[in-house]
Parts: sequence; C-alpha cells; structure tokens
Amino acid sequence: MLKSALTGVAILSLFITGCSRRKEVQKTIIQNTGSDTMVNLAQAWAEEYTRVAPLVSVEVSGGGSGTGIAALIAGTVDIANCSRVIEPEEIERAKKTTRKEPREFLAGYDALAVFVHKDNPLEEITLEQLAEIFGEGGKIERWSQLGVRIPGARDEIVRISRQSNSGTYVYFRDAVLGGRDFKLGSRDMHGSKDCVELISKTPGAIGYSGMGYVTPGVKALRVAKKAGETAYPPTVENTLNQNYPIARPLLLYVLGEPSGETKKYLDWVLSDAGQKIVEQTGYVPVRPVSQS
Amino acid sequence: MHKQRRRWEVIAEAAMEVLIRLCGVSAILFILSIFFFVFREGAGFLFGGFDPREFFGSIEWYPTSKTNVRYGALALIAGTASVSLLAMSIAVPFGIGAAIFISEFCGGRLREILKIIIELLAAIPSVVWGFIGLTVMNPIIMRLFDAPIGLNVLNGGIIVALMSSPIIVSISEDALKAVPDTYREAALALGATKWQLIYRVLLPAAKNGLLAAGLLGVGRAVGETMAVLMATGHSINIPHSVMDSVRTLTATIAAELGEAPVHSEHYQVLFIIGILLFSITFVINLTADLVVRGIRGR
Repeated sequence: MLKSALTGVAILSLFITGCSRRKEVQKTIIQNTGSDTMVNLAQAWAEEYTRVAPLVSVEVSGGGSGTGIAALIAGTVDIANCSRVIEPEEIERAKKTTRKEPREFLAGYDALAVFVHKDNPLEEITLEQLAEIFGEGGKIERWSQLGVRIPGARDEIVRISRQSNSGTYVYFRDAVLGGRDFKLGSRDMHGSKDCVELISKTPGAIGYSGMGYVTPGVKALRVAKKAGETAYPPTVENTLNQNYPIARPLLLYVLGEPSGETKKYLDWVLSDAGQKIVEQTGYVPVRPVSQS
Repeated sequence: MHKQRRRWEVIAEAAMEVLIRLCGVSAILFILSIFFFVFREGAGFLFGGFDPREFFGSIEWYPTSKTNVRYGALALIAGTASVSLLAMSIAVPFGIGAAIFISEFCGGRLREILKIIIELLAAIPSVVWGFIGLTVMNPIIMRLFDAPIGLNVLNGGIIVALMSSPIIVSISEDALKAVPDTYREAALALGATKWQLIYRVLLPAAKNGLLAAGLLGVGRAVGETMAVLMATGHSINIPHSVMDSVRTLTATIAAELGEAPVHSEHYQVLFIIGILLFSITFVINLTADLVVRGIRGR
C-alpha cells in the first residue's frame, strides 16, 4: 500500500518536472477568437505569421462575432475578430469588466453574397425581394413569385440562415431587413461553411454568407438596391467602389492600446503582406494591394 | 516492525473507507449542486419578468431581436417532443426485439459478438452521428421522399433512435435475463411454442424492466444535443409531418449560450430551458427507477 503510493508520488513528480522542462522554449501566444466569417482569413494570417515570427503563435478559433466580443469583455482573448461594428453597450461592458476601452482596426471588407443552388436559373435579386423572403411578415414564399422554376425541386423557397450570435446574421438583419426580425422557420446553420454546403446540396435553397465561401456547387446572385437599378455581382472591385450594396467591414478589436507582440502582429496584418492574404482568401483588402 | 505495519494497515483501511464513502456521497452532492447552479442562474428572470404563458404558448423565439424580444419556446418543446417520439417509436420495438433475440435465440458466441457491437454503437460520439445525419442521411431523405430538404424530424429521429437503442437493448436484455428459468421451463413443459413463451410469459414477466428501458431511452433522446442540432435543420417550426425541420430545446442552448451575455435575460431564459430539461429527465429517470424497484419489490 505505502510502497505503491510512494511510486505514484515519484511518477507524478517526474511528470511535473517533465512538463516544466518543456516550457523553457518560450513562445508567445496570441489568443484570437470571433467571427466565423473571418476564421479562414484569421487562420491564413496566423499560418503565414509563423514564417514571419516563428516564436509567436497565434491561436485562432471561431464561434461567431458575438462570441469574440464576449471573450474580449471577459478579457480572455488578445484580439477579437468581428464582422460587425461593436455595440455601444458592449463597449460599456468591456470598460466595466476590464477597465480598458476596445480599440478597433479595419482589416478588410467582405461582400455578403446571396447564394442559391447552381441549378437555380435566378441570376439577380433586389434587397426588397430579399427582405420579403427572409423578413418577418415577408410575402415571398415560393420561387414562382420570383418568376423562376428550379429543375428537380419543389416551388417552396428553403431559407438557410445563421445562428443568432453570428455577425453575418446581425449584418444581414440590419442591412437587408432594416433591423426587422427574420421570418421563423429558416434553417439556422452554425457556420458560413455549413450554410454554403447545405445550399449546394439543396436545389430549392437560398442563403447568405461571406463572398469568400463560394464553392462550385452554389451560385452568387447579382444584387441590386432597388427594382430597376443595375444589379452587381459580389466582386472585389464592386465592393471597393461601393456598387455592391451589402458589403461590410472586417474588424479586429483589442483592449486598450495594443503593445508588444500583439501590436507587431496587427501592424503586419495591416501591412501589404497581411492585406495580400485578405485578397487571396477571397475577401477585399482595405486598399488595392500591388500584385508582385 | 510487525506491529508498526499492522498500525499502517488499520489507518489505510480507515482512510480507504472514508474515501469510498465520500465517492458515494459525492454523486448526490454533484446532482444537488448542478440543480442549485442551474436554478440560481435562471432564478432571477424566472421570478421577475418571466412570462410562462408566452414561454409555453408562443412559437416566437426572438431572443436577440432589436425591436421586440420574445421568448416563446413552444416550437422548441414541440421539436424536442417530435424528435423524441419518433426516435422512441423506432428504437423501442427494435431495441426490445434485439434484446429478445440476444437473450432467447442466439448462442454464446453470437451473443457476445452482438453485445460488443451494440455497445460499440453507444461509443460513437454524438457529433459523428450528427455528421452522418448532415452528410449521409440528408441527400438520401431528399431523394427518397422528394422533400425540399433532408434535415428534418425524420433524420433527427432516426439518428437519435440509433443513439438510444444501445441503452434500450442492454436494459431490456437484463430484464429478460432476470426472468427465472423456471418460468421458461414451465411454459415449455406445458407445450408452449417459442413465440407463445415470449409473448405470454417473458414479456409480461419482464414488463417493468422493459418499461424502464423505454423510459431511459426517452431520457437519452430528450437530452441529446449535438446530433439533433446538426440533423434536424435547426429551424423554429411546429412540425406538421416528419418532413418538417425543427429545433430542439437542447440545440437552442448549445447554439445560443456562448453568445448570450452572462446574466442577461437571454442567458437566464436559456437556463430556464435548462431547468425544464432537467425536470423532464428527472421525472423520467425517477419513474424508470420506481418502475424497476417495482420488479425487485415483488
């Protein structure tokens, strides 16, 4: 009995010292959480940055813009990714819990693409029609109301939406529905990728996601502000010249003035090297990046 | 030397006894503190501002609305109920059938293999089941039933049925095994066929155990989260057929708790859903337990 206990203690102490020895290689970790729209982008940044600064590791996770801001308020992340602007109430809460003011950095733009199945003959849509499809009390329920028939699918419009803590959800509600609520009964997916994946498998579906998530199975519709106006496809050019009506900023939030490795990382993200990655992952950089 | 060792043994023995007793008591302690915690988190809103008529009577679930926040959970309750009901109507007959086959019909070798495989079914993680629902069952259901989308009650029900059948099979099998062999011998001696033996003797004798198996299966189905989140479409909707997408109580908590600001109304309502779920499973488990006790008491 005593002997085995002693052996246990010996093994345990070996284990502890073994762990502490590994710590000697000091690596700075930057915690980065938030927007699901930006998670691919943030991961691409983090991967590239290990080549720039091998001793810094940026740990990226998604969960939604709301999750990122919640973590920022709790003080558990260094950088929160957010695909919507932080709310004044959230700033107040962050100030109260951390005594620091969140600082905002614009890292790029994302055009919110409206996707349908690739076999859907529809080519363009107006914001009003989108509001009628997705908004509470909206009248459009069938594809025939938009003048199309989808080969091999029923007439019913299958609405694919996002869970309510998604920045994409909030942005769509504010920009397209004008702050009104969504119609109940949409299938609420837990990520941009799931959303696009489901649309590509469902002939009668319509949904929205960041333009970077386009796949061969879906088609991004051209979007017009009003009936009769020109509809524009979601491209880098149309986002920068503001022809595409539903584009939004991609933001990074930190608590207080950034310093140390976090500051270096942010500077790099906003530099040409970081902005080139924004373009490569399918989003729109803050300024045109020279291709070299 | 000898004496000292004896003393050590006495101390060790006493220490072990205390430790084991602590382990036993801790289960009760954990349950009580979980209930206390869930209740405390939800209590603030439950006793101030909570509108039970809206919660149980309205389908309008708009926890993050900008203009009009509403907490109607009727569609979520209907979603949980429909998925559990369908799952049980699949899993109970199949589970009890499998248990009858395992305990009455198959020989030693096959029985061991079957039991291992069924236990393996229980070891598959919930999220893997959800993944199967999302990527395998979805297109199959769409093709077979010409449905607009394959993420619906049927999909979730089948997945949950598969997940809860291991528990139903193993408890039913135990119940059947608990029927004394003398019953079987007596029935066979009276000239009963195998079918008559099962239908007239074994099932009535094992009735309580089978009921308990079904109830525990229901508890499993009601509490299942990740798989139903992925397989049911996560859509607020009162289902009119098994082809409709639904959203369950558990999936709502999983999807929304991460974002809800701590101690906000939304957060507290999610905990009230937790209290509701806790009460449902508590009642189910208690009933199952009383039913099982019913067999032993006889």
